[in-house]
Amino acid sequence: MIVAVDLSPLWISLQTAAVTIVIVFFLGVLSAWRVERLRSENVKIFIDGLFTLPMVLPPTVAGFFLLVFFGNNRLIGKFFLEYFGIQIAFSWIATVLAAAVIAFPLMYRSARGALAQVDKGILEAARSLGMTEWRVFWRIHLPNALPGIIAGGLLAFARGLGEFGATAMLAGNIAGKTRTLPLAVYSAVAAGDWDSAAVYVLVITAICFTVVIGLNVYQYRVKKQQES
Amino acid sequence: MRKFLCLVISLMALVMLGCGGKQEHADKTVTVHAAAAASLEKVFEQQLIPMFNKKHPEIKIQGVYDASGKLQSQIENGLNVDIFISAANKQMQALDKKGYMDSESIKPLLQNKLVLIVPAKNDGSIKNFADLAKAKHPAVGDPASVPAGQYAKEALTSLGIWEQVQAKASLGTNVTQVLNWVGEGSADAGLVYATDAALIKDKVKIIAEAPAGSLKKPVIYPIGILKQATQAVAAKELANFLQTNEAMQIFENYGFARVK
Repeated sequence: MIVAVDLSPLWISLQTAAVTIVIVFFLGVLSAWRVERLRSENVKIFIDGLFTLPMVLPPTVAGFFLLVFFGNNRLIGKFFLEYFGIQIAFSWIATVLAAAVIAFPLMYRSARGALAQVDKGILEAARSLGMTEWRVFWRIHLPNALPGIIAGGLLAFARGLGEFGATAMLAGNIAGKTRTLPLAVYSAVAAGDWDSAAVYVLVITAICFTVVIGLNVYQYRVKKQQES
Repeated sequence: MRKFLCLVISLMALVMLGCGGKQEHADKTVTVHAAAAASLEKVFEQQLIPMFNKKHPEIKIQGVYDASGKLQSQIENGLNVDIFISAANKQMQALDKKGYMDSESIKPLLQNKLVLIVPAKNDGSIKNFADLAKAKHPAVGDPASVPAGQYAKEALTSLGIWEQVQAKASLGTNVTQVLNWVGEGSADAGLVYATDAALIKDKVKIIAEAPAGSLKKPVIYPIGILKQATQAVAAKELANFLQTNEAMQIFENYGFARVK
C-alpha cells in the first residue's frame, strides 16, 4: 500500500505533545507537591477531585470550558488578543492548551502517588539537618519519587498526543497548523479516505505502543534495581 | 455495603421492569429511523417530528443527524436506517449507485443557500465572497466530507480564490462546527447554509449570498428510502408528509427554500 499522505499532522502532534509534556510535567509535579503539604484533609480531597476532573470528563466538556475562557470574545482570550495581539483560538497554542488540560490529571495523580510513597522518615531526617523545604523537595523527595513521576509523564505524553475533542473545539482543524493526528484520522474517515486514515492510525498506534512498552521496560528495570 | 447492594439490585430490577413495559407498547407502534443532514436537526426535532406524530401517533421517528458524508459512510458500514436526507446529491447518488437506495423513492426535497457569515462583532473588513481571501482565519466545511464545504469550494474556485482560502482555512467536519467557530469569533469569516446562520442570528451576521453563477447547480437536499428499510411503509408516510405544503411552510421558517 503506497499512498501519498500528508505527514504534517504527525509533526504537529509530536511538537504539541513535546511542549505539552514539559509544561504539564512541572505543573503536575509542583501542584502534587503543594497539595501533598496541605494541612486540611478536606481541602486536599477537594483539590484532588478538581485536578482529576479533566481525566474523567468528556474532552468536549473540557473544550467547552476552554472556549468559555479562551475564545476571542471571552475573558482570557480577549485579554491576549487586545493586549498582546495573540489569538489563542485556532492557533497552535490552542492545541497545546487543550492537550495540557487533558494530560495534566495523569501527571498530577502519578506524581501525587509517587511523592506520597516516599518514606517520611528520610524527609524528617533532612529537615532536622537544617535543609529548607525547597531543598528537601528538590534533593530528597523528588529524586526518591522519580520512577513513579517518570511513569506518569510517559502516560501524560501519550494522552496529550491523542487529544481530540477539546482540540477540535478550540484549535480548529487547519491543515499544516492545528490538524493533529487524531483530527487527521477523523477527517480522513469522514471523507471516506480510508487509506490515509490507516496510515495515520498506524503511526499513532506505533508511537503510543512504543511509549507504553518503554514505560513497562523502565518500571521493570527500576524494580530490578531496587531488589538488588 | 449490604444495603448498597440491595439498592443496586432493586434499581436493576426496576430498570428491567421498565424495559418489559416498553416492549408491550412496541407492538402497536413502529419506529422509523431517519438519517438526516446536520442542518435539519432543529427543524425536525422542534417542529416537523412533533407535527408528524400528531397525525401518526403510531409512528415514532428516531433521527440521526450528522455530516451527510459521514452518514453515507455509516450507512455503508451498517447503520440501520429507513430513510436518508442528504444535504447534497453526491452522497445520495453514491449510495444509490452502490445499491443501498430504493432508486424510485429519491426526490429533491428542499433547496438551501450558501452564505458568507462573520461574527456579530466584526471589523467590517469582509464585505463579499472575494474578501474571504483576505480573512485571517476563514472556516469552511471539509470539501471531502461536508456538502456545504463542496459548495464553498465550488463557489470559491469560480472566484479564483480557493487555493488562497484553503491554505489557511479551518475545515469543519460538519457545518455546525463551522457555524460555532464563527459564532465564537475563533474564525473571522465562514461559509455555511442560510439555514445554519438562522440558528444563531444574535452571534453571526450574514454578509452575502453566493454570487450568481458561482454555483453550477442549486443546493438541493434529496430524500430517499433505503432498500434495507424495515419500516418502508411508515418511512414513505414520513417522506410524503415532508413534501406537503404544510411542512414546506415550516421549512421556509427555518431558512430553507422550495425546490423550483
